[in-house]
Amino acid sequence: MLDALTAALGVAALALAAWCGHAVWRDQPTKDWHFIGMAVVTLLALAQLVVGLVQLGRGEKPEQGTVLFVAYLLGAFAAVPAAGLLSLTERTKWGSVTVAAGAVVLAVLEVRLYDIWGSAGA
Amino acid sequence: MPDTTTASPEARKRLVSGPGLLLVWLYGVMVVGAVSRSAYQISTEFDRAPLAYSLSAAAALVYAFITYSLVRGGDRARRAALVCCGAELAGVLAVGTWTLIRPEAFPDATVWSDFGMGYLFIPVVLPVTGMLWLRAKR
Repeated sequence: MLDALTAALGVAALALAAWCGHAVWRDQPTKDWHFIGMAVVTLLALAQLVVGLVQLGRGEKPEQGTVLFVAYLLGAFAAVPAAGLLSLTERTKWGSVTVAAGAVVLAVLEVRLYDIWGSAGA
Repeated sequence: MPDTTTASPEARKRLVSGPGLLLVWLYGVMVVGAVSRSAYQISTEFDRAPLAYSLSAAAALVYAFITYSLVRGGDRARRAALVCCGAELAGVLAVGTWTLIRPEAFPDATVWSDFGMGYLFIPVVLPVTGMLWLRAKR
C-alpha cells in the first residue's frame, strides 16, 4: 500500500514538473489548472502521510529509522504546496519554474522515502 | 548602474522576483534539508562523525542566513548574502575536496560531501547562480 502510493506520487510529481515545465516553455505563470494539479499531488502526499503514520502505529518499523521516515513524510507533504504558494507571489514564468522545481524535489523525496521504508512491509 | 524606476527610496529593493524566487525556493529546501539533517544527527549520533555533523550544521546556518537575506531584500542584505554565497562556495569546494582526499575523516556524509553529490550537486551550483543573481540586482 505504502510502496504503491510512493510510486504513484513519484510519477505524479514528475508529471507535475513536466506540466509546469511546459508552462515555462510557453512563458506562462501557473494557472488554475496547475493549482488543481498541485492539489491532486498534495492530496496524494497527505494520503501517504496518513498511511505511513498508520503503518507506524501498527508497529511496523522503517528500515532506516522512524524519525527519518516521519521527517521525509512531512517534507514530501509540504514541498508542493510551499512551491505553489510562492508561485502565487510571482505571476511570471518564474513561478512555474519554482513549482516545477518543487515537484522535482518531491520526486527525489519519494525515492528516498522508498529506501527509508525499505522492505519493512509492502 | 542604470536601475529602472526605483521610485520610493524607503522601500527595500526586492530580491525575490523573477529568477530570485527559484533561488529562494532552492535555498529554502536546502535550509530544511540541512537543518533537519544536522539536528537529527547531532542529537542522536554526534560521536560517530562529529566533524561531518558540525560541518552540516555550519552549512545549515549559512543557508538560513542567505535565505533570510534574500527574503528581506535591500542593499545591505544583498551584500551580506553575496559574502555568504562566497563563503558557501568556498565551503562546498573545500569540504568537497577534503572528503575526496581524506574520506577516512568522514565516517558519515555531510551536506557538502563530494561537492553536494547527494543533493544533486545543488550545493555547488546554488552559490554560483546566487552570486550572479545578486550581482545583477545591483
